[in-house]
Amino acid sequence: MSVFIDNATRLVIQGITGRDGSFHAKQMMEYGTQVVAGVTPGKGGQRFENSVPVFNTVAEAVAATTANTSVIYVPAAVAASAIFEAADAGIRLVICITEGIPVLDMTRVLPFVRERGARLLGPNCPGLISPGKSKVGIIPGNICKPGKIGVVSRSGTLTYEIIHQLSTHGLGQSTCIGIGGDPLIGTNFIDCLTAFQADAETDAIVMIGEIGGTDEQQAAEYAQREVKKPIVGFIAGQTAPPGRRMGHAGAIISGSSGTAAEKMAAFEKAGISVMKRPADVVPLLQERM
Amino acid sequence: MNLHEYQAREILRRYGIPVPPGDVASTPAEARAIAERFGGKVVVKAQVHAGGRGKAGGVKLAKTAAEAETHAKAILGMTIKGLTVQKVLIAPTAAIASESYVGIIVDRASQRPVLMVSPAGGIDIEEVAAKTPEKIHRLAVDPRYGLLAHQALALGFALYKDVKQARAAADIMQKLYTAVYGVGASLAEINPLVTTPDDAVEALDAKIAIDDNELERRPDIAALRDVSAEAPEEVAAREAGLTFIKLEGTVGCCVNGAGLAMATMDLVKYYGGEPANFLDIGGSSNPQKVVSALRIITSDPRVKVILFNIFGGITRGDDVANGIVQATREFTLKVPIVIRLTGTNEQLGVEILRKAGFSALTDMDEAVKQAVALLKGRVA
Repeated sequence: MSVFIDNATRLVIQGITGRDGSFHAKQMMEYGTQVVAGVTPGKGGQRFENSVPVFNTVAEAVAATTANTSVIYVPAAVAASAIFEAADAGIRLVICITEGIPVLDMTRVLPFVRERGARLLGPNCPGLISPGKSKVGIIPGNICKPGKIGVVSRSGTLTYEIIHQLSTHGLGQSTCIGIGGDPLIGTNFIDCLTAFQADAETDAIVMIGEIGGTDEQQAAEYAQREVKKPIVGFIAGQTAPPGRRMGHAGAIISGSSGTAAEKMAAFEKAGISVMKRPADVVPLLQERM
Repeated sequence: MNLHEYQAREILRRYGIPVPPGDVASTPAEARAIAERFGGKVVVKAQVHAGGRGKAGGVKLAKTAAEAETHAKAILGMTIKGLTVQKVLIAPTAAIASESYVGIIVDRASQRPVLMVSPAGGIDIEEVAAKTPEKIHRLAVDPRYGLLAHQALALGFALYKDVKQARAAADIMQKLYTAVYGVGASLAEINPLVTTPDDAVEALDAKIAIDDNELERRPDIAALRDVSAEAPEEVAAREAGLTFIKLEGTVGCCVNGAGLAMATMDLVKYYGGEPANFLDIGGSSNPQKVVSALRIITSDPRVKVILFNIFGGITRGDDVANGIVQATREFTLKVPIVIRLTGTNEQLGVEILRKAGFSALTDMDEAVKQAVALLKGRVA
């Protein structure tokens, strides 16, 4: 078992013929992910890499291939529409890699996705990987190793850094999830902690947050009540000046809630071991396991 | 992107919200002409993206048009929090009976636009939240139905006992909600929303911030950007497709990814240095971006060492290496550079750098330690 994706994942790639979509489609296929369909309006009937059928709409792709998961690589201007379409077609898990979706669009996307009973991961996220089984998104497969650590993060490359630290010290991962750096996202830390707690293959959890919002604080409270597995946490942005946007739309410190100091204190209070730097992840995990 | 007060007022007018008269001037003579038109008794307000304009001397009352000209002369060209004032708003002074607050912000927790109103207006809403939180009324609006009339009216009564004023305020709230979606605002505030002695309700001052992700599809709003109101390095960075924020330290940082960039800055501090900037070259792979990044970093005379931290994913190590080499052909770096390069096409990148006389590290901790050591004259 793993979290959110596994060997039963049947993937449709929205934007499969685009620059990013085609590159990552090949990477996912090489990794062993079951890519059953692609969608690019106007290119229905073609085959990607002479094998994967391309459809004009997600609904057609689902009808023909029983795809249950979708990953989105389309440009920001049409990405919200792509999420609506996937959820409307009955896709259960929608992973949106695209960065730059207006926040107000997400206020309409999120209730729609929930009404359809689907889960959205992202947007503006690197996706997820269950090392050795399946990967959906852009996390480089070669830095991961199969194992027992669950990783959940709001960041992209910082996640790679942490995974790299784990893998080079022999700590493999059950599933690594990038939830995305935007203020409005479909899957939050609590959703992932719940999944990792229930996952028999996960022994310990690494949680990587950053400044802005109160997701980490709420997750810490939840973890204290509900999560029995050891958690090690990191917060990026300890040196960020208040009120400045640091690349991620989510990383805005507003008022007293959302500073790194506040989040680190919430972690400590909840019994989560706090890393001061990424290299601390391995010793802290070893201490806790 | 933040709008100036005069731009925000114009947007409110466009959505039918009553805004008292006012006009914007770029020269003292223009200020005088506008003041004359309003009868001489005016307020002269600096148009700059910084709080505390009043305290900095950027807001002044004038009794005559001549005095308005003198104030405009003093305020135009003034520096407030590092930003030069290029424009002033001239508005007639009006008698005010009461001041309230109305604002809409997209709330992360409820994932909805939240309408906030308070009868305690005219001061920072953060201050009200801290001191008298009971005076703030909130409503998370369901974006599928918008702000409904009865919801707005209930909040109108939270501001005013008089039914006419409550209705007027409710109407303003609904129009403000429409404006938020209409212009792609991440924040829209009317502060203060005032009542006049003849019981009218008007938006005296407004603040609107536009979600940067909206600008591509809203060229009319994007055209409101005032480049002179931003730090020049940040303008250059945005035009080069980089996210850059200038800080006070001496270690110039160049990183791919916002989270890793923040973690790198934190690690610089951990080892006793101070970051000179936040710089994210983004996910795409383009040597030219690296050249632009180096140009911006080296233009800061405070930078004593440059630190690259690249974990290749979509970003390719060879592209970054080529960018660094190309930059050194175009200009001199003047300060030492420490490069950490790992991930996609790491070997290619390291080879390109080696041929150009640079060495690269693979470990983030080592690289930051070395950069800080160079700073302190102890070459590691």
